[in-house]
Amino acid sequence: MIDTLRLTAEEAVGLVERGEVSAAELHEAYVAAIAERDPELHCFLRVLEEPNGTSIPIALKDVIGTKGIETTAGSRILEGYVPVYDSTVAARCRGRGLSFLGKTNMDEFAMGSSTENSAYGPTLNPWDTERVPGGSGGGSAAAVSAGLTPWALGSDTGGSIKQPSALCGNVGLRPTYGTVSRYGIIAFASSLDQVGPVARNVRDCALLYSIIAGRDPADTTTVELPQAVALPDAEDLKGLRVGVPTELNEADGIEPGVTEAVQRAIALCRELGAEVGECSLPRSIEYGLPCYYLIAPAEASSNLARYDGVRFGHRTHASGRLEMYERTRDDGFGDEPKRRIMIGTYALSAGYYDAYYGQAQKVRTVLAREHSEAFERFDVLVSPTSPTVAFKLGAKTDNPLAMYLSDLLTIPSNMAGLPGLNIPCGLSEGLPVGLQLIGPQFSENVLFRVGRALELAIGFDPVPARLAG
Amino acid sequence: MANISREQLLHVARLARLELREEEVERLGVQLNDILAAVGKVSELDLSEVPPTSHPLDVVNVWGADEPAESLPVEEALANAPEREGFYFKVPPGGA
Repeated sequence: MIDTLRLTAEEAVGLVERGEVSAAELHEAYVAAIAERDPELHCFLRVLEEPNGTSIPIALKDVIGTKGIETTAGSRILEGYVPVYDSTVAARCRGRGLSFLGKTNMDEFAMGSSTENSAYGPTLNPWDTERVPGGSGGGSAAAVSAGLTPWALGSDTGGSIKQPSALCGNVGLRPTYGTVSRYGIIAFASSLDQVGPVARNVRDCALLYSIIAGRDPADTTTVELPQAVALPDAEDLKGLRVGVPTELNEADGIEPGVTEAVQRAIALCRELGAEVGECSLPRSIEYGLPCYYLIAPAEASSNLARYDGVRFGHRTHASGRLEMYERTRDDGFGDEPKRRIMIGTYALSAGYYDAYYGQAQKVRTVLAREHSEAFERFDVLVSPTSPTVAFKLGAKTDNPLAMYLSDLLTIPSNMAGLPGLNIPCGLSEGLPVGLQLIGPQFSENVLFRVGRALELAIGFDPVPARLAG
Repeated sequence: MANISREQLLHVARLARLELREEEVERLGVQLNDILAAVGKVSELDLSEVPPTSHPLDVVNVWGADEPAESLPVEEALANAPEREGFYFKVPPGGA
């Protein structure tokens, strides 16, 4: 009997390699877990019941193009769209023999922080089904925590891997911009989008990152990794300098229970031998969110121009071409993409470009510089990943600005193209709290090392209490 | 920053090729003004000496070899077309 709630990806690979369990049996065990628990949680938009690889299974966020498998990005406008080619990350997973379990639910076009913006209905948090799993990659994060897949891929623009991992109590990496190919990924904001792994522990996360990372000739924004991915086995933090940015740890809206868990993790860093000190990212909290909500919608308004009812996806029929475009897009897009398309189109339009988009790009330089200054003194920065634990379904759906604040702490480092790792650091009111580790560009191995040492010391049980049995 | 008027909202919707329904115009108008008021905060900073960042990595001009490769077969390229005629995507006439 395979316990999908506890089996790590690394253990699963071992079982298959030693011939103790076949790839097909493993795939079927997860399909059975999905059949049992996913009717309630709704992590998956599509499940592939037939085993299709020679190694362990994986689930892919539905923003990742998969040849022959419907890919909707959580939107009605892509209902029925079946890609005729694989994204590079999907091809790399297939190349390693990973068996696709299915496509996971997400906020439409990765726009949201709760998965409630999916056109196909929300995903529920496996720790408490009255609460959201975070977003946009709530399906991938919830599926990992509920034992419906050993690991999954997500994508992160403003926090869509890190924040759901925090709210579901697992490990998620937003890699350094440019380390993972976006070829075949449905684009949202191209100067920010990154694909990354979600897993039950740091070693699994590093292992999956090693499979997907590296230069891809089909995506000219990618670069070769400066060093190979190292699976972490560190148990201490000797010689490491850990910075605690005041603004990210004392921002308004951070729940006391979140602060307590993060402070305990910071104390553990000291006990494990790290040198811990305070630092400052003076503009990050005040200007990070405004900067992001200009740049991301501006780029989205351009990327989403391709959904016009001509070549793929939904079309609303009309007698004239212009009406066809306009009705197709009004019917096909949900509220959040429409808001962002409108904001972005406005911010890029004549007379407003310099004041909005141009100014936001300069703020971005300021944010990158202040992070660089912090990294002159520290190897890694720590903060909460999300200001809150998982919130109730419907709590923020009528107030877009309140929802945007969910990404207050993940956005600043994203704007600077930096990698960030979420690890669970405890519970508050029975719900997981996420610790965000931020490093300089290409410092994934350092993040894995720190994350691994901390997760061993913290001893967090990633199985949701209500499923632990 | 100024509020978006109804006229401007409809103009932007037209630029974005969105035919907003009346109730959407009202709801979006309020929400967009709230969001623009919040993001307008970026204008508080004097950044006249700061260069813009358009891309987080220091990568410029990536060149590829000019080698012909196989293209997507026409049938596959048209596989997801909402409407087609022969080897073409079919659209209604006229307009923009």
